[in-house]
Amino acid sequence: MLPTYNIAITGLNNTDNPGPGVPVIRGLREAKSFKVNIIGLAYENLEPGIYLDGICDKVYQIPYPSAGSTAFIDRIKYIHEKENLDFIIPNFDAELFTFITSQDILSDLGIKTFLPTLEQFEERQKVNLPEYGKKYNVQVPNSKALTSLSEINDLRKEFDYPLLVKGKFYDAYLAYNPEQVINHFNKISAKWGLPVIVQAFAKGTEVNVIALGDGNGNTIGAVPMRKQYITDKGKAWGGITLGDEKLLELTRNIIKQTKWRGGMELEMIKTNTGEYFLIEINPRIPAWVYLANGAGQNLPEAMVNLGLGKEVIPYTSYEIGKMFVRYSQDLIVDLSIFEKLSMNGEL
Amino acid sequence: MKIKKNIAISQSGFAFDPNSGDSFSLNPIATEIVNLLKDDKDEQFITSHILEKYEIDEFTFQRNFDDFVQMLKHYQFVE
Repeated sequence: MLPTYNIAITGLNNTDNPGPGVPVIRGLREAKSFKVNIIGLAYENLEPGIYLDGICDKVYQIPYPSAGSTAFIDRIKYIHEKENLDFIIPNFDAELFTFITSQDILSDLGIKTFLPTLEQFEERQKVNLPEYGKKYNVQVPNSKALTSLSEINDLRKEFDYPLLVKGKFYDAYLAYNPEQVINHFNKISAKWGLPVIVQAFAKGTEVNVIALGDGNGNTIGAVPMRKQYITDKGKAWGGITLGDEKLLELTRNIIKQTKWRGGMELEMIKTNTGEYFLIEINPRIPAWVYLANGAGQNLPEAMVNLGLGKEVIPYTSYEIGKMFVRYSQDLIVDLSIFEKLSMNGEL
Repeated sequence: MKIKKNIAISQSGFAFDPNSGDSFSLNPIATEIVNLLKDDKDEQFITSHILEKYEIDEFTFQRNFDDFVQMLKHYQFVE
């Protein structure tokens, strides 16, 4: 008889900038080693994952990380009293700091997580990527953190145009001149705060890897993917698994050296000459995780088992040439359901 | 010239490069030529094979074959 775990999950925003919550839940519901009750944690009352059939068993609204960790912990305690949580999988970059620093409190409550350490989380931040590249011998494009508009004019001394302007958590825009950098700087800093990062534009094909590290330097699973169809927000609307051994070797090497703990996504540029540049490390499972599941690696299941201290045998293969294609669909929702969530904060 | 070993080509002429994720649709004659290249047949063998099998003069075939080879190189189909 399989055990049943109560697992809370954030990232239910299956929008055109999708969070990983729904595909993570789909993976967990297909787990072979346990059954799940899914408790969705939503920041906004219009996150589509709240209303999708067969995704969440219960849904609770939670406060934004900006409300402070006390409000967050109080809310988690309340949810835990009602749902007896076994595990939480946070799926947003912006909330990870709060979850990582609250791990001990959560653990005392009996709620497990499987997250990177604070050091691992901090050293792969976009602003620290050049040092990261040097430390772990990975090629990264030159980048610089900007804290004021006055620094933009001097960028020509260090960078050629075009260059990428990035938010510290999300968003990246290509800029062909200083005026465009100013525009993007203002837009990004208003949304995500400072610093804003500029990064040299590496020309080539973007390839991504989803991976799971066990915290001891071992890679539990890894699947590389190339986006085949990209939205105007730069998100994958379709993708295909690759058989790129060099990319996998690079991933295993990073996990081995950093002893990465938890899910991650490596964003790389492969140049025409076959070189790889690391442009970003996302410290969590990406929204295309269900492709890895479809290709034979159920990484959310493996992550929960690792977090619960179970023995997990590393995946050694996956199906190459497996594709995913996203779609959008209108969900019809009764006002009473929306009202219940809006007024009570739970559903 | 050798077609990369990992390139998969189906009977319908659908070709897939697992390293880049690129896929291509080959017409029947392109499929036949790529399969001959995969079987390590050289240009001379392919030319005589095609000239024998189809109604085409050598000059026209050679011109088209050269174009096709350039395309294979461009898409990194060959080692």
